[in-house]
Amino acid sequence: MAEPVTATVPAAPVARPGRLRWNGALIAGTLLLVVTGVVVTIASLTMLESAEGLSPDVAQPASAAHWLGTDDFGRDLLARALVGAQASLLMALAATAISMTAGVLIGTAIWTAPRRIREFALRIVEITVSYPELLVAVVLAAILGAGRWQLVLAVALANIPATARLAANLSGAIHQRDFVTTARLTGVPRRALIGRHLLPNMAEPLLIQLAASFSTGLVAMSALSFVGLGVQTPDYDLGRLLADALPAIYSRPLEVVGPTLLILLLSIGAMLVGDGLAAAADPRVTRRAPSTPRPPVTTRPAREQDSSASPATVEVRDLVVRRADGTPLVHGVSFDIGRGEILGVVGESGSGKSLTALSLSRLLPEGLTAEASRLRIAGTDLLGRPTRRELADAVAMIYQDPGTTFNPALRMGSQLTEVLRVHRGKSPREAREIITGLLEDVHIVDPPRLLRSHPYELSGGMRQRAMIAAALAARPSLLIADEPTTALDVTVAAGILRELARIRDETDTATLFISHDLGVVEELCDRVLVMKDGVIVEELSREQLRSGEVTEPYTRMLLESVPRLSATPGVGA
Amino acid sequence: MTAEGLAVEDLTVRFGRGARATTALDGVSVTVPAGHTVGLVGESGSGKSTLAKAILGIVPAESGRVLLDGTDVSGLGRHERRAFLRRVQLIPQDPYSSLNPRRTIAQTLAEALDPAWARVRGHTDAITSALEEVALPADAAQRYPHEFSGGQRQRIAIARALITRPEVVIADEITSALDVSVQAEVLRLLARLRRELDLTMLFISHNLAVVEQVSDEVVVLRHGHVVEAGTAGDVFTAPASGYTRALLAAVPGRREEGAPLT
Repeated sequence: MAEPVTATVPAAPVARPGRLRWNGALIAGTLLLVVTGVVVTIASLTMLESAEGLSPDVAQPASAAHWLGTDDFGRDLLARALVGAQASLLMALAATAISMTAGVLIGTAIWTAPRRIREFALRIVEITVSYPELLVAVVLAAILGAGRWQLVLAVALANIPATARLAANLSGAIHQRDFVTTARLTGVPRRALIGRHLLPNMAEPLLIQLAASFSTGLVAMSALSFVGLGVQTPDYDLGRLLADALPAIYSRPLEVVGPTLLILLLSIGAMLVGDGLAAAADPRVTRRAPSTPRPPVTTRPAREQDSSASPATVEVRDLVVRRADGTPLVHGVSFDIGRGEILGVVGESGSGKSLTALSLSRLLPEGLTAEASRLRIAGTDLLGRPTRRELADAVAMIYQDPGTTFNPALRMGSQLTEVLRVHRGKSPREAREIITGLLEDVHIVDPPRLLRSHPYELSGGMRQRAMIAAALAARPSLLIADEPTTALDVTVAAGILRELARIRDETDTATLFISHDLGVVEELCDRVLVMKDGVIVEELSREQLRSGEVTEPYTRMLLESVPRLSATPGVGA
Repeated sequence: MTAEGLAVEDLTVRFGRGARATTALDGVSVTVPAGHTVGLVGESGSGKSTLAKAILGIVPAESGRVLLDGTDVSGLGRHERRAFLRRVQLIPQDPYSSLNPRRTIAQTLAEALDPAWARVRGHTDAITSALEEVALPADAAQRYPHEFSGGQRQRIAIARALITRPEVVIADEITSALDVSVQAEVLRLLARLRRELDLTMLFISHNLAVVEQVSDEVVVLRHGHVVEAGTAGDVFTAPASGYTRALLAAVPGRREEGAPLT
């Protein structure tokens, strides 16, 4: 690895991405493994004589001198268990090392190979994975014959396919990333591509796999030795010791305690480490989620009793969205949307515009909570507990990416009529008729054909039109459109904007239109809120925005950042 | 005639085989003269990114030629091909996927200079000046990608492409993943680099206004065909093709003539 630039390196360690976050399971597992490992190693250095030397103290029960008693040859059973555990430990480590190295090499090499070889190798790996590991190990051990190294090899080979498949899947995903493409184009050699770009980005899942294959390997080897396919007398490991203890289980039951306990300690330790690593690799586990998705909202008394006469469809007062740790992301936002009005909310990433919209549809991501002194949509109080049906009547949403809003496995017909069938209790035929009319309204040429299609057969623009039709089917009071044109081509986007304007003109649905694109907002919205860092910094009418009458420096900066066509056809440059 | 710069002649790219084959590029010719920036505009599926990939050899061309300074690059051997890939650099679209999260910026930049070993030592000066060029402080070198914003990451990607002093830069939608204010900042940076380094650039974007801002010449692509090509002024003020006119008309929020930004 290249060294960091010298001289100016700060004394404090640089925060690395994905730094190990210690957790309970990881600490317990590591402690268990380390303590057992140390005890076993010390024992194998100091207690070898009492474990293997014959003595006159034959078949003794537990005593101060022999904690677990002795066997028929006068050997101390505790010493034997500990020394045997060292053999098992080393064998499991060797098998894990072999299977991980081979598996990772195969898995990553597959992705640097030409396509035909890759496809072939991936199929082979998938086929081998389908055989149970223990079964493969039994067969291999039987073929290779009994003995320590044969056992290690059998278990290692049996474990390779699982690791190889994991490594192949992981490196396949990393191969899609641009930095790998750039590195290949630059001429980075294959070994460096693997060492520099693939392996470091697969570290966490592979560490988890490492812990798991150690644990399963240890158990598998003990099992094989126990049934006589592994280590043979006079050598011994934990499985062999168990097998030796079995004939005398009624006369000397204490003899099985040592090996059993050690197998348990080592495998549980490894399992805990694996679990702990998995948890540490997943940032969501360490973040504490609130017990209820939405705790009681602040019951500040409404400041003015103007609700009865209010013409506004949507009323939002003092909306605060917080993270689980209490950090506010939206700081007390208040606004109204009138009947048949399109309110635009613009802002850059992180401005809180989407969170504001999601609080209205009660779809905030897990871990976020919303509070407000008033949150109403056309008579539905969102601060109470609106039923799903009330919510469906009040709000409908159009999302940014029409490619992921529909279930690819279902035909459009069943997805588009769902709201009508489930919430409105319409018969399938009625629902179909209503939706056909709505699809015609949004200028879909052949609605019956669209209803028969699967989402992938439609273009992005058609899917977005269908989405709008479905949103309107429930006759919502509020339509939330979250960046509905961002993923679309300009010519298609222009059509969608015309539809939204038509909806405003023909129905009295209020629209909350979220966008980062001032050009789009300027064209469509009646009123615009500019948000920055969770605060509304400015409210503008469309005319003010068009003529550039803005007072906030931030809004001005945004306006000036929008690249605009300076030349217009027919006007002259 | 051996034109300086990059030229694509009659390039055809097809995906798939037999009846299910789709033609991504159909006899496309584009010339990027040395020192010029050519904007490549088109909607999704027009083949703009495929053209970039075909130039770099990521997707195979069925017919046609790619010429760098008059030399056909298709028949190059291993070494010459590698040299070609150093002379033509790609800046990818997504700044979150174009930098390896486990490597410092210095290591990433060093790899562009020294693909085999990526040793930072010995390239410190080049790295510092590359970062300076894109207006990032020298201490950015020891940091990791996650410590930077999207705009800063895109600057790093630009620095990475420019550090080898390429003759041609292919910028594939490099501002589409950015906020408008950050996009403006990156465009200003590009404008400065074009002046200072006399860049030869193929600038691919779906955003007409962005293309107008950075390009000398513009090529409009639709369904794998070039529908219009010419100087930026001509294409935007007097578009010859109906499709270009439709594209221009669809751009939202065009400011009325002379409306002041007070």
